[in-house]
Amino acid sequence: MEQTQSFWQFVAQQQDKLWSQTWAHIGLTMISLILAILIAVPVGILITRKQKLSGVVLGFAGVLQTIPSIALLGVMIPFLGIGPKPAILALFLYALLPVIRNTYTGIMEVNPAVIDAAKGMGMNKWQVLTRVELPLAFPVLMAGIRTATVINVGVATLAAYIASGGLGEFIFGGIALNNSNMILAGAIPAALLAIILDFLLSLVQKINLKSIRVTYLILPFIFISLSSFYLLPTQIGGRMLGGFTPEFMGREDGYLGLKKIYHLGIETVVISDAVMYKAAFDHELDVISGYSTDGRLKAYGLVILKDDRHIFPPYFAAPIVRQDVLDNHQELEGVLNQLSGVINDSTMTSLNYKVDQLKQSPEKVAMDFMVAHQLYKPAKGATKGTIRIGSKIFGEQYILAQMYKILILGNTNLAVETKTGLGGTKICFDALTNNQIDFYPEYTGTGFLVLLKPDKKTIEQLNGNTDGVYQYVSNEFNRQYKIKWLRPIGFNNTYALMMRKEQAQSLHIESITDLTNHLNQK
Amino acid sequence: MIKAENLIKKFGTSTAVNNISFEVKEGENLILLGTSGCGKTTTLRMINRLIEPDSGTVYINGIAVNKQQPEMLRRGIGYVLQNHGLFPHYTVAENIAIVPRLLKWKSADITKRADELFEKLNLNPALKNQYPADLSGGQQQRVGLARSLMVNPPVLLMDEPFGALDNLTRISIRKEFRRLDELVKKTIIMVTHDVQEAFEMGDRICLMDKGEIQQIGTPEELLFQPANNFVAGFLNDQRMLLELKSVFLIDVLPGYSGESSLTVWDRMDNLLHPGNNTPAADQLTIDQLMSAFAAYKKR
Repeated sequence: MEQTQSFWQFVAQQQDKLWSQTWAHIGLTMISLILAILIAVPVGILITRKQKLSGVVLGFAGVLQTIPSIALLGVMIPFLGIGPKPAILALFLYALLPVIRNTYTGIMEVNPAVIDAAKGMGMNKWQVLTRVELPLAFPVLMAGIRTATVINVGVATLAAYIASGGLGEFIFGGIALNNSNMILAGAIPAALLAIILDFLLSLVQKINLKSIRVTYLILPFIFISLSSFYLLPTQIGGRMLGGFTPEFMGREDGYLGLKKIYHLGIETVVISDAVMYKAAFDHELDVISGYSTDGRLKAYGLVILKDDRHIFPPYFAAPIVRQDVLDNHQELEGVLNQLSGVINDSTMTSLNYKVDQLKQSPEKVAMDFMVAHQLYKPAKGATKGTIRIGSKIFGEQYILAQMYKILILGNTNLAVETKTGLGGTKICFDALTNNQIDFYPEYTGTGFLVLLKPDKKTIEQLNGNTDGVYQYVSNEFNRQYKIKWLRPIGFNNTYALMMRKEQAQSLHIESITDLTNHLNQK
Repeated sequence: MIKAENLIKKFGTSTAVNNISFEVKEGENLILLGTSGCGKTTTLRMINRLIEPDSGTVYINGIAVNKQQPEMLRRGIGYVLQNHGLFPHYTVAENIAIVPRLLKWKSADITKRADELFEKLNLNPALKNQYPADLSGGQQQRVGLARSLMVNPPVLLMDEPFGALDNLTRISIRKEFRRLDELVKKTIIMVTHDVQEAFEMGDRICLMDKGEIQQIGTPEELLFQPANNFVAGFLNDQRMLLELKSVFLIDVLPGYSGESSLTVWDRMDNLLHPGNNTPAADQLTIDQLMSAFAAYKKR
């Protein structure tokens, strides 16, 4: 069976991808590191000469270090778009602090008597720096570079979120697809890379330098030759560029299906859905893999390409609840089902639009909606225990979690704790089965293809059959996990390929088949 | 040879050196003596421009040092530091080759000169390829001296050169250095806080306090004609010893015809520890020596 292939089989099968991701990873790490060294070492030297600046400079570099990596990447996008550039800049900023600090500390720790002797013997400032201070500070400086390298190898995995490639593609794809082999195929090489680079640099660190000049020549050579590998995977030559999420890239009902059923041949990059829509709007990408209810669809003037050969299965949202929770709180099922049939596709899109684009809080959007639909009741007061609601890390799930919170508080005597933003499907589902949360909104297609992973025959049988899929996941979840699918909420948040409206119109592309035909004509 | 004129140096509000002038003749040893913070090291470092004076000028051979490029000036002045200042990442051989390399000497000349100095300074040639950390304190100090002597500079500045050594090593190295022919011809300015060291090594002593010169003169002058109470008080603790060490036999014993550089202290040592020394030809006893010394002091 396909889903039980071993780790090594996966690696063998994905060899090409693994190598290109690894090279991209090394490239990202190295280029940012060289830039950081080129800037940080002179800055470190400068602040040993102008001590008054040292507090400000080290403080500033320290602040950069504390910015969460995802946030930093996000901040870069408006200026630098997507791709390697913002990733390199972010990694560069992270590498600054350890290198500046260690250059500074290393030089300040040189015995003043030695510097005094050097000056006293008639060395000029440059000679004192290159023959005495830098060689003696070198081990400390190298320790800083090693720290920066290890940090960068780690943070570079996040570059996969903004179409910069790297081993993060496997890691985040694996998390999204609940595929441990894929996660490991990204995580193990990343860890090995950190260990190997650290080891190599530790060898460099042990060199006893009489004068720093040698390293000036050797280090950049090593770095640059390594970095040139980076150029290999990033030659984007196609007329149109597709940006797909790591999850989409690995799915039968995603990119794999597009290739197999539609024979779509488009240049692709991997990107986080958080920046994908904006990138399409900004002409960075031409085709993206969005969600049909996403509010940004409306905001960025995108259109959905018709899935004329039905590769995207139905993704109807419904709460999935552990059976023991329903048994303990008999009233819960009826309360949660109050939302069933209330929200259709366009309602959900406009709710998402309010959160994603108008920046209203999910709490407010949920509350407004519940009040407008007479579903809101004042809280009854919690006496009977607590229900923990989970959600994945995007707006629609936040809104749904808030709606369920309002329903439970208004109709039962249960307290509610929300654990929102639980990353991808795997994290949410593991939290549910491990009794970390009691329920979360899931999609029938995700439950079917990602969590249950049925054989090919079943998939083909149920393809396009909305009720069939729902029946199948209900039965299987109950049998395998003792988890109950409650009634669908009503909207279908399925995958969809999207393009900018003007471009689609000018090229006369309405369906995925049209897109394939357009790409195939020379 | 070296002339300092009205040197003043302030650090912030405190005055480290307050209007100091002195002169050192060629081949002379001048000792800058005083307690910590008296300004002696500051004075020394103004000579090779490691510190620039606020006002005043230093002349070497009649040329003002501030008219010369500091690096070029320093390459022509030997400099020995308390903590030897050897480069920890250089071998001994590389350390002593620093100044010659700056002056673009040929490798063969460097090796030749290094071998010569190693022999004179009693250093084992096997040490050449070792790093400073592998040497004993005494060896480090010798290498530090060798380094400063490599290009045979006419002027040598020494900042507490024996300060980091233990007492026994210090005394023996001091003796050795005094006899070193390389040092005899040189004009030396040495900083120390050790009174005995000053009296042993100095032709003249410049006693400083609070940034000012209290007295400048030969050891005997400081002992027997102190300029003020500070000078007298400074030497009081060790007066007896210093007197014995600074008075020559030739001045005490009428008709003495032996070696002229012997002091009363040397003769006493000879009489009290006859085993260690060759017995003197005369029939002098310790009592006779002491009464002669007492008579000399009354004069």
